[in-house]
Amino acid sequence: MIELKDISKTFRRRPVLDGISLSIADGSRIALVGSNGAGKTTLIRCLLGEYVCQGSVQIDGLDPRRNRQQVLKRVGFVPQLPPPLQMSVNELVLFAAHVSDSDPKLMEDLAISLGLEFEAVRHQPFVKLSGGQKQKLLIGIALGRNCDMLFMDEPAANLDPESRQVFFKLLAEHNHKSVMLMSSHRLDEVAAFVNRVVELDQGRVTLDDHVVDTVELTSLLTCTIEASRNEEALAKALTEWGFEKEGEAPRWQGTVAGPDRLRFLSMVSRYAGLLVSLDLQGGNGA
Amino acid sequence: MKHLMAAARLDIAESLRARWFLIYTVVFGLVIVLLLVSGLTESRVMGFTGLSRLLIIYIQICMAILPIFVLITTVRSVAGDREAGVFEYLLSLPIPLAAWYWGKLLGRFVIVFLPVFVAMTGAILWAMVAGHTVPWAEFALNTAFLISLAWCFLGIGMLISSLAKSSDVAQGASFILWLVLLVFLDLVLLGIMVREQIPYNLVVSIALTNPLQVFRTASMAIFDPQLVLLGPTAHFILDIFGHTGFLLYGLLYPAIMGCLTAYAGFLIFRRGDLP
Repeated sequence: MIELKDISKTFRRRPVLDGISLSIADGSRIALVGSNGAGKTTLIRCLLGEYVCQGSVQIDGLDPRRNRQQVLKRVGFVPQLPPPLQMSVNELVLFAAHVSDSDPKLMEDLAISLGLEFEAVRHQPFVKLSGGQKQKLLIGIALGRNCDMLFMDEPAANLDPESRQVFFKLLAEHNHKSVMLMSSHRLDEVAAFVNRVVELDQGRVTLDDHVVDTVELTSLLTCTIEASRNEEALAKALTEWGFEKEGEAPRWQGTVAGPDRLRFLSMVSRYAGLLVSLDLQGGNGA
Repeated sequence: MKHLMAAARLDIAESLRARWFLIYTVVFGLVIVLLLVSGLTESRVMGFTGLSRLLIIYIQICMAILPIFVLITTVRSVAGDREAGVFEYLLSLPIPLAAWYWGKLLGRFVIVFLPVFVAMTGAILWAMVAGHTVPWAEFALNTAFLISLAWCFLGIGMLISSLAKSSDVAQGASFILWLVLLVFLDLVLLGIMVREQIPYNLVVSIALTNPLQVFRTASMAIFDPQLVLLGPTAHFILDIFGHTGFLLYGLLYPAIMGCLTAYAGFLIFRRGDLP
């Protein structure tokens, strides 16, 4: 149970968080959305005990600042910007596992399942990896820890559709009693795998709503798209989502992860003028 | 202890890969090589000869460049890491803040002291091979003084890093501090103050609070117990401390200053925002 009471944070007299109060029950999966500068990252840093703030942050009755180790042992964190660490990928995994009493092999396996070629990058400096590779490794480290809270700051932003699909599956497999807090500046990025949406604007909560979604995190939807003509931009976008073209006709087929369907539809909507038909089937709520 | 050692190892691993460390090591290695190549061990200047002469010159060079290297690399690393988001991620792991801070200090100490010590040890080995007499006692004392000096400036560097909001401010503050300490050496402003007949009490007090001057005078006192090179000020210092007393002061004062400034830095670090 996380309890935030009247949290305020000011930087050089500019309020970044302004009296935020939230109760987060076990099992909550929360999307923390808002535009850039809304206060999402600052709120996560307050939850991690990294920022000193006014008000009270309690995680199961413990202040994350005063009881750092006890609280942080239970929290897996994925930052928005990967840190520019010079150490090798292997050293980072060993360090994270060592200080959090976790199994480095599990972290490696999770990163591999997300599509990271671990052996190829094992001895490379972390800072030299691509954005996607860094994200996969940090997610692997966070999920590989024995924790019941996940705070993720734009976790899937650098992942390709295939990796996102695995990411949703891993989240679904994660402890069902755990609290997940995912920040994003776009709701469609995270809407499908949360059961509550909290929107921040200028450091205040402007929306706090529960979401009912019958699509399972692990579901796959079969999709067929027909366009009025062969258009290179549409073909390229669909290929990136793993779609295949059926012969010469402007018709494509592929699968979309259930939780990713809003994001997919958002992409497809850019080509609405070309679409003749779109068929999305399978899953519970298709 | 587990977390402290993990933080220290992490800092060492990060530093060994950084470009500044390569430059730092090459500088100290080159200084020794140049001193050996230029035949300093063969020369006799102001009564010093052999390896003692080389050590004196090396120590004086260390006095000038070690503090600025330690300050700049420490503040760049600590304040720079904080700015770049390294703290945000690594401090989200369950590491006690004390273990993180002191582990980082320990790691940095190994990193800044090792190249200086290895270069000096290299000179000793070379001297043994070349058949020179090795002044073991002087070598041991100089090593102790260098440890004390490095620790002092590491502590100051950590304090500046905790205080400064950005790495640019931290680097600027470090450079200004180093310049001020350098200016208040007997070679520069203190010499002028003596010449201008400013009260000796004031001049000596400034000299005894400047860790650079304390290091310089103490390292001179190893080879020159009467501090003849220092002139009349020497009488004042030796009257207060005596020879052994001053060597002890030269060893303890910078070390204690390093501990106090590092602790002050820790209190500020623990109290404020971490990333």
